[in-house]
Amino acid sequence: MSLILILEQSLNGLQFGLMLFLLAAGLTLVFGIMDMINLAHGSLYMMGAFLAATLVQATGSFALGVLLSIPATAAVGMLLEVSVLRTLYARDHLSQVLATFALILIINELVRMIWGSDMPLSAPAALAGPVQLLPGMPYSSYRLLIIGVGLAVAVLLYFVVAKTRIGMLVRAGASNREMAMAMGVDIRRLFTLVFGFGAALCAIAGAMLGPILAVQVGMGENILILAFVVIVIGGIGSIRGALVGSILVGMVDTMGRAFIPAILREFISPAFAGAIGPALASILIYLIMAGVLVWRPQGLFPARG
Amino acid sequence: MRRVLPLCVLLLAIAFPLAMQAIDQAYYVTMASRILIYGLAATSLNLILGYGGMISFGHAAFVGAGAYAASVMIVEGMTSAWIGWPLAMAVSALLALAIGAISLRTRGVYFIMITLAFAQMIYYLTVSMKAYGGDEGLTLTQRATLGFGLDPHLDLRDDITFYYVVLAILTAALFFVSRLVNARFGRVLQAIRENEPRMEAIGYPTLRYKLIAFVLAGALGGLAGALLAGQNNYVNPGMLHWTESGKLMIMVILGGVGHLYGGVFGAIGLLGLEELLANHKIAWLAALYPNYQQHSLLGVGLAMLAVVLYAPQGIAGIFRRKNHG
Amino acid sequence: MAEALLRVQALEKRFGGVVATDGVTLEVARGEIHALIGPNGAGKTTLIAQLSGSLAPDAGRIVFDGADITAMPQHDRVRAGLSRSYQITSIFRKFSVRDNLSLAVQARSGSSLAFWRPVAAETALADEAARIAAQVGLGERLDAAAGSLAHAEQRSLEVGLALATNAKLLLLDEPMAGMGPDESQRMIALIQGLRGAVTVLLVEHDMDAVFRLADRISVLVNGAVVATGTPAEIRADAEVRRAYLGDEVPA
Repeated sequence: MSLILILEQSLNGLQFGLMLFLLAAGLTLVFGIMDMINLAHGSLYMMGAFLAATLVQATGSFALGVLLSIPATAAVGMLLEVSVLRTLYARDHLSQVLATFALILIINELVRMIWGSDMPLSAPAALAGPVQLLPGMPYSSYRLLIIGVGLAVAVLLYFVVAKTRIGMLVRAGASNREMAMAMGVDIRRLFTLVFGFGAALCAIAGAMLGPILAVQVGMGENILILAFVVIVIGGIGSIRGALVGSILVGMVDTMGRAFIPAILREFISPAFAGAIGPALASILIYLIMAGVLVWRPQGLFPARG
Repeated sequence: MRRVLPLCVLLLAIAFPLAMQAIDQAYYVTMASRILIYGLAATSLNLILGYGGMISFGHAAFVGAGAYAASVMIVEGMTSAWIGWPLAMAVSALLALAIGAISLRTRGVYFIMITLAFAQMIYYLTVSMKAYGGDEGLTLTQRATLGFGLDPHLDLRDDITFYYVVLAILTAALFFVSRLVNARFGRVLQAIRENEPRMEAIGYPTLRYKLIAFVLAGALGGLAGALLAGQNNYVNPGMLHWTESGKLMIMVILGGVGHLYGGVFGAIGLLGLEELLANHKIAWLAALYPNYQQHSLLGVGLAMLAVVLYAPQGIAGIFRRKNHG
Repeated sequence: MAEALLRVQALEKRFGGVVATDGVTLEVARGEIHALIGPNGAGKTTLIAQLSGSLAPDAGRIVFDGADITAMPQHDRVRAGLSRSYQITSIFRKFSVRDNLSLAVQARSGSSLAFWRPVAAETALADEAARIAAQVGLGERLDAAAGSLAHAEQRSLEVGLALATNAKLLLLDEPMAGMGPDESQRMIALIQGLRGAVTVLLVEHDMDAVFRLADRISVLVNGAVVATGTPAEIRADAEVRRAYLGDEVPA
């Protein structure tokens, strides 16, 4: 287990964590402000990936395709919010869970009908080769791009939420919705905008991760659960919590998958280690979430006072 | 009237396979068995979700655990249903005890998330069980046996016999649940759902009652799982995926939350709809979109959405409204 | 003086920067009706919540009937004989009045881990529920759904639920809130009827009721007890007059 391998996996973990943050940020805002559990958030991520793949093919340019997929997905998201999701704000959590679960099925099938079960999306040729980060440590330049994009969006998000007026409205809504409404904020428009923004973030994540994880129907469900785990750990409604939680989950998931089987092999038979190792890595994340729920249920950085 | 109707339905259910045999449509018997088994699974969820108000998003884990326990027994040579099925219930009950003891200390959305998380953990565990099929699942060479040995007609390999056994078990379970919800325990459970803090304030240790209900529901779910494994002669980790938990929840709400037959109605409704869309061509739909049957999940999703948005009381709710004019 | 049934020692509770309970020390003698008064925001309900067990204090001790119950969970305190009614009505709205009260009776009548026998067949529970309903003036409303009752009737049911637990010490949190004069008189008579049999810690704003009912009064201001004494002593206390009573002191 060389240092290089550890560094490499850490970077992979950071990369995955940052993309997870894009999903978690949108999810935590929707949950924190609108008090709505939206299981279809993963479907927006999937839509972003499919739209990006289509637009990349249509325009012939990776950058252009990805960039265009962002407003396209945001539009889809806002349409969804105005038509169906708006009626769920007043409903109880069970109804929200079931209705958005139904939406997952619907959107999955619609995507399958329009595009088929999967679509090709590859990293741009210019980034196909590795970059020498350290002597003896090549690292995929595309993954470096992802890290760069993720950090840029995180900084942008911080700027918007902490320094702009609309960010202040969002934070006010997250910590006390009734008060924000009483102070005259047009809450319906704010909700739609927040939702569209969340969808845009999903699109970035979906488009960027597409070349690595494959663009296919059902890609949203697995990452959705991780996103929920992140916001529970980080604290519902808290962007800072989403960032810390995502990096934590991304790292634990990636490093766990990479190293737990190897560590186990020191103690038990290779066959058994190979079988139970990946399972343990996955289970570890849920154990952390379960622990947080029991000992600090409001999360690491609770948004609500 | 209220007692006569279920009895009539039961008689119809008993006559059903014989009728199917007569018109040479034995396939429907296996389909009916499947619906009844899911009816049992949904009923077990209805106990904690409908009557108890506990939104457990990981119930498929208990169904799946029961399925795996029963299957492992058969694979290891222990083919008697008298051992395999109670064991499946015990395994699921223990699992429910462990998961419930931790999860029930949380409320609201956190409870939903933590039950989901635990179910996912069990799911990954079954994927890792390479000895029992891992990701691809486990195919069973035979169904469990009732082992009487005397009368060949009690052989569960016969689909019609299996149907009757499933029907008997479901009927017994529904009877047990009907007694339970009207007994002291059932009233406490429903009162906890109504106003848990006040229940604590009049002297009930609410966590204890919720946990017991959770374990009972887990055990019943495990039994459904064992039957499901027998029905298909197959188990795979997919049975524990959270989307399966979602389907069970939809069945409960479709059938009628907190209604005795809600689970059964929901199973009939959802599985019937799936079957209808997948296997029976509807002319005008086909004209609209020729391949629609490959996308039956779209129809299922739309139906689910419609129920949640416009008929949250479910099928049983329609009856209730009729009764009250 | 009769010995203390409830002894509260230096109880403290903080919510972030806000001190809700600031070293409350209080004694309630067995058999007395002890009123707790104070301006809005003084922390009366927070104190009741800590005494009943739904809120854990940050510091201090609560001794009930000789036993330290500071760490005891709420349902065990009820079993030990300490229960409360709520300022904001908290009843079982979908259940009938009879079933509401019967539930409370059931909690103290044997195990509820019964899965078979229909509870409707237990006439003993229903009879006891009817008795308590009559006591709080709801004898004619046994079959009504609790949610369909008028506000004052719901308040009566609220107190009835607490009574049904057969407590030694009842913490009544503004039982007369929102009641008209007739219902208030009835509630006053009810509480008076409890004197001697049940010890009562009564939180109330209705000064008329307080001065008629109370054997002793404690005044809570900003989370601390500033005075304890007989109604006459409290009426005469200059500091209390300044802080709270103002012109509200009855002649």
